[in-house]
Amino acid sequence: MAKLNINGKTLDVNAEPDTPLLWAIREQLGLTGTKYGCGVAQCGACTVYVDGEPVRSCSLPISAVNASQKIITIEGASGKIVEAVQKAWLEHDVPQCGYCQSGQILAAASLIKAKPTPSDEDINREMSNICRCGTYNRIRTAIKQAAAAVRGA
Amino acid sequence: MNALDFNRRTFLVGAGASAGGLTLGFSISDEALAQGATPEVNAWVVIRPDDTIVVRIGRQEMGQGTITGLAQLVAEELEADWAKVTYEYPTPGQNVARKRVWGDFATSGSRGIRNSEKAMREGAAAARMMLLQAAADEWKVPVAEVSVAKGVITHKGSNRSTTYGKVAGAAAKLTPPTNPPLKDPKTWTIAGKPLKRLAQDGKVNGKQVYSIDFQAPGLLNAAVKDCPIWGGSLKSFDAAAAEKMPGVKKVLKIENAVVVVADTWWRAKTALDAVKIEYDSGKSANLDSKAIDDMLNEGLTATEAFIGNQSGDVQAAIKGAARTVEATYSMPYQNHAPMEPMNATARWTADKCEVWTSTQNGEAALATTSQAAGLPLDKCEVYRMDLGGGFGRRATSQDYVRQSVLIAKEMPGQQIKLIWSREEDQLRGCYHPITKCKMTGSLDKDGNLTGLHMRISGQSILATIRPEALDKGRDPATFQGLNAGGAEGRLGYTIPNILVDHAMRNPPVRPGFWRGVNNNQNAIYLECFMDELAKEAGVDALEFRRKLMKDHPKHLAVLNAVAEKGGWGKPAEKGVFRGLAQHMGYGSYVAACAEVSVNDAGTLKVHRIVAATDCGHAVNPAQIERQIEGSFAYGLGAAMFQEITIKGGKVVEENFDSYPILRMDDMPAVESIIAPTGGFWGGVGEPTIFVAAPAVLNAIFAATGKRVRNMPIKNTDLRKA
Repeated sequence: MAKLNINGKTLDVNAEPDTPLLWAIREQLGLTGTKYGCGVAQCGACTVYVDGEPVRSCSLPISAVNASQKIITIEGASGKIVEAVQKAWLEHDVPQCGYCQSGQILAAASLIKAKPTPSDEDINREMSNICRCGTYNRIRTAIKQAAAAVRGA
Repeated sequence: MNALDFNRRTFLVGAGASAGGLTLGFSISDEALAQGATPEVNAWVVIRPDDTIVVRIGRQEMGQGTITGLAQLVAEELEADWAKVTYEYPTPGQNVARKRVWGDFATSGSRGIRNSEKAMREGAAAARMMLLQAAADEWKVPVAEVSVAKGVITHKGSNRSTTYGKVAGAAAKLTPPTNPPLKDPKTWTIAGKPLKRLAQDGKVNGKQVYSIDFQAPGLLNAAVKDCPIWGGSLKSFDAAAAEKMPGVKKVLKIENAVVVVADTWWRAKTALDAVKIEYDSGKSANLDSKAIDDMLNEGLTATEAFIGNQSGDVQAAIKGAARTVEATYSMPYQNHAPMEPMNATARWTADKCEVWTSTQNGEAALATTSQAAGLPLDKCEVYRMDLGGGFGRRATSQDYVRQSVLIAKEMPGQQIKLIWSREEDQLRGCYHPITKCKMTGSLDKDGNLTGLHMRISGQSILATIRPEALDKGRDPATFQGLNAGGAEGRLGYTIPNILVDHAMRNPPVRPGFWRGVNNNQNAIYLECFMDELAKEAGVDALEFRRKLMKDHPKHLAVLNAVAEKGGWGKPAEKGVFRGLAQHMGYGSYVAACAEVSVNDAGTLKVHRIVAATDCGHAVNPAQIERQIEGSFAYGLGAAMFQEITIKGGKVVEENFDSYPILRMDDMPAVESIIAPTGGFWGGVGEPTIFVAAPAVLNAIFAATGKRVRNMPIKNTDLRKA
């Protein structure tokens, strides 16, 4: 039985080694904030952090993750940057259907961590997650506001 | 599990998801209805003892903001405190049991608000009158002496006050007034304001529960592969290997589909991939995009066609013209591809069938459930869950609900969640219909448009999806936005001789209602050709249109608004070019002015679109802006890259790697002009999508001298010749 460290807890996972991390998170651990969108790492709805880096969990088998690696899902995401992003998301009323937003928020927080003052080009390059409702312009505005809040500007 | 258990569980799911404050929409509990734990004032309004106002809504939230708008209208008539307003979904079964007191549940055709506002505002106004009467009765004063603000009722004479929550029980016992007067929209203080949406918290912390997230003890999961050949069928399959795989409970044949039921969905899907399946192509072995194109080309000049709009004698006008202009346009199949793939959970027993799903039409889902279950409506129930996008897919067909019920029927008493893979969603879509259009225009010697013939050839949605709605074989929806009259979608030009006709050609690939529906191609065909005519006449594209729009002031007003704000006629930034378009549909008048550039490599960049809408009444301008932006993302992605092609009767594009979706880097800046002129109710979820593509196409011509007449744009080399 595989062991995964998810949101600070080490958990047993009863699944075949080639099971994508996404489905282990959703079906074995019951954490449904991480979404299935395409299964081929195109849309980013399944984004989680593995050791702080954003990963498309639909295309990462659990055999490629060991118990010492820290997996964080939207339910367990915390800290100054993520919270600033969530706050900005609500202030700019970003979500429409909301299905992609777990992934968008984690991607945005990663971007701000890497680029404390993200330019439009940075946002275009790093925010490749798909939103069918078309919330992109609000996401852009909210990222800039969250980044400013984190910088204390 | 009985209904009580379900309701407790649903409540827990909802309560868990609402840690941030406002509750998510969850179904009304039958016990609350039956036992009157919190009695309803009427079908629309429940007021809890803590003064929380629960608005009951038949329409469905799917990201478009309808729920917030309807709640605003109810709160407005009720004189409620907006901070205390939440909502819940009555179930389709409850609607049937109460003689459709909540009306039509269908959430499509941009009618969520416009076709519910009257009943809901009247329900709220009646509730307010009953609440005031209850307070007046308690105080034994004339009702004319009491007033209300933000849910607090006051009698000035005796300096007494109470709240809605305190008198709701007494109000519920009063006889409802008939024809309660409604407020003049000019006096609105909650409706008409740019309020934030209800129930956003769960969408930023992962707690919002979509139907794909449904969980229950002992739940099994199903994966499906339906016959991917349109017009084909399932011939045989070998499940020997799959049946031995971990977690697998059953391999089933459901109509033309192979289904694996397992403990988890991933195991079901993995086992399904191990099933060897053979299909019979039927008549579709040679069906491909070329064969479909040939079929449509034949229709472009066929002698017989259904007439949509005709006046004068267009053939005579063309014959006698100083100059004629001809062009043929085409629109491919496109898939909805909402982020949440199709899914439904069902449980069937001999005397009850229940379904938990995301649908744009709960009543259609209930009817589908009843039919598939072989049980009467009153033995079936559908619990509506939030949608990860709809865009018409979950309105066109409840095929996924039907499958889930047929699967559950094979394992009585077992709750089973069916999830389609993204590939299944692409292969078994209800696609934007395929059409072509031959445009012929005649100009007199002064460059005036004397005649226009639009020959549409291609697929009818209604012929496949709602054949009962055809009018002697004719599909009236084909002519959306091209009609001579009517409040829904009227042509904005007066042309002395006009003929719009349709040679219906229906390939076996299933069509559907796709955000904007037939307005999308009709606006491209007409608005791009208007630019072609203006060019031939040597007249500015705006001036050419204005001459034809004198009798269409609302169409013209939005066009003028975008031209002015978009800087039409003024120099643009170097290398940037503009294009215009206008159209009317779903009761709203819309226009756009797009700015694009095309670099030496032929790469298109859409920089900015100024959009205007006159939707009659603007219930929430902030949410309308979001619909404008969202419709452009959806419409531009389709125009730029999206096409579903067919080979051997099967869809070729199976996932987002071959069916690209517009992303952040292609999203233009959007400036919205919301210009409601009052006196009518138009839709907002769809209309602006019509003008996104034609405005961009006209701007591309200005930038490159190339007319892109075949969608998507990626198939045309935009490098300057």
